[in-house]
Amino acid sequence: MSSTPRASDAAAVQMPLIEARDLRVAFQMQRGVFQAIRGVSFSLGQEKLAIVGESGSGKSTVGRAIMRLNPPSAIVTAERLAFKDVDLLSASRKELRRLRGRHISMIMQDPKYSLNPVATVGEQIAEAYRTHHKVSNREARERALTMLEAVQIRSPKRVYDLYPHQVSGGMGQRIMIAMMLISDPEVLIADEPTSALDVTVRLQILAILDDMVKERGLGMIFISHDLNLVRSFCDRVIIMYAGRIVETVAAADLDNVQHPYSRGLLNSLPRLDQKRDRLPVIQRDDSWLEAV
Amino acid sequence: MTAISVKNLSIVFGEDENETKVLDAVSFDVEKGEVFGLVGESGSGKSTVLRCIAGLYTHWTGEILIDGQPVGAQLTKERCRKIQMVFQDPYGSLHPKHTVQTTLAAPLRIHGIGDSDRRITEVLRDVGLAPHLRFRYPHQLSGGQRQRVAIARALILRPFILLLDEPTSALDVSVQAEVLNVLSDIRDREGLTYLLVSHDLAVIGHMCRRLAVMQQGLIEEVVDYADLSGSRAQKAYSRMLFDASHHYDRSMANDITAARQAGGGTVHGA
Repeated sequence: MSSTPRASDAAAVQMPLIEARDLRVAFQMQRGVFQAIRGVSFSLGQEKLAIVGESGSGKSTVGRAIMRLNPPSAIVTAERLAFKDVDLLSASRKELRRLRGRHISMIMQDPKYSLNPVATVGEQIAEAYRTHHKVSNREARERALTMLEAVQIRSPKRVYDLYPHQVSGGMGQRIMIAMMLISDPEVLIADEPTSALDVTVRLQILAILDDMVKERGLGMIFISHDLNLVRSFCDRVIIMYAGRIVETVAAADLDNVQHPYSRGLLNSLPRLDQKRDRLPVIQRDDSWLEAV
Repeated sequence: MTAISVKNLSIVFGEDENETKVLDAVSFDVEKGEVFGLVGESGSGKSTVLRCIAGLYTHWTGEILIDGQPVGAQLTKERCRKIQMVFQDPYGSLHPKHTVQTTLAAPLRIHGIGDSDRRITEVLRDVGLAPHLRFRYPHQLSGGQRQRVAIARALILRPFILLLDEPTSALDVSVQAEVLNVLSDIRDREGLTYLLVSHDLAVIGHMCRRLAVMQQGLIEEVVDYADLSGSRAQKAYSRMLFDASHHYDRSMANDITAARQAGGGTVHGA
């Protein structure tokens, strides 16, 4: 480490890992076009950025749009949608395949449905590495074992030969994390990675993600519906409603949100520390559907 | 007055070397009109307790007393009228090819109760469903509306105990608030007794004064929610469960990992 960083290093620090400007995703339906994402702008640095919202708010669609994993019926447009200096909208399919898994990885909610049921978990992790690196089977296996250890699996050699149905939900999610991080990506998109897990297991998985983000300097987009969780886990929070961002706040300021929807969402949550007779119900306002 | 009294409830699944004791001498009492919570992680046996009381499992041992009367393992019509259950998944618990009307009329027909038209109208009003939804199919309803139908189906026989198995965990927080309010209103009006299973301690804290913390088929302790939230719970496991649902904390994660490695999967002791 030299004390005077080179100019290119300084530029790399300033360039966001992901930049989205006026991102729009529409779905071609039988009757007309449905606008799922209606002008979303944000940038991601080396941080933990949460996207929260209710079902149908478009939070997962944003994650998929970055990976360009939307179905063919989706029409994705943006003023700019980029990973560093790579324009994701004009990138060829070949280029996207090179990016996915290698530079941008994604962890889904339920490991039961995202792991291949007829291959051992070790083979699947090794395959993720071999897809992007020309190495022998033996080296890929070694890498996979090291990665299993990094996600705190105690007997990696035994777990390597297990099939997905033989592992618990918490271990399945560790395996997913191992698979997604083995190629050393720069951006990790985690779509509700702990929603299917018990609280104590959830805490351990979050600790692993937290360490990985810190050690490897990752940028992480953490998609969640759990406001209490993102408050203590993430750095910044984007709140989405009906395909738009209604508010972006520092996680520490989550209690001081201004938008009536954000306030309503927080108020409707049962609190661990105070007892209320009734929970306030969100009174939705049509004006929230317009730009803010 | 005790509405539900469970004494030494045990249940075993599997045979020979696969034998697993899912509940091990579980005991607790629920007062009439109380909302009593059951919390614990997956596999702790909290839903199994409900399923034994509801009569969905019949090979349990021990005693279950409802209103002071012991109930047998077999399900009787009288027991169904007294005790009803609401399940977690509003998508899976309603018959996809039956309208709301058909779903709600079935319990009345089975129990030979007439006047079904008026009772369906009343129960829909009680759970806050508009009358025009009566002839809809489940796929034409939102998740929150479906869960209201499931609650209406449980209420239509006018039971005095409702067993609620994660009734709002499949719902968005704003919809969860509406459904929890409906449950509170009905209890205030009808004086029902609820046994509420949830993994969400904030929901338990909102609804219950007392709760039982379960781990691996055992009741760790029965505790007042005020004591649990004030870190005055007796057992380390209960305090840890509460703290873990509160927020993310790196050092707490380390403690759990250490405890798991030392204790072979469970956190014991005070």
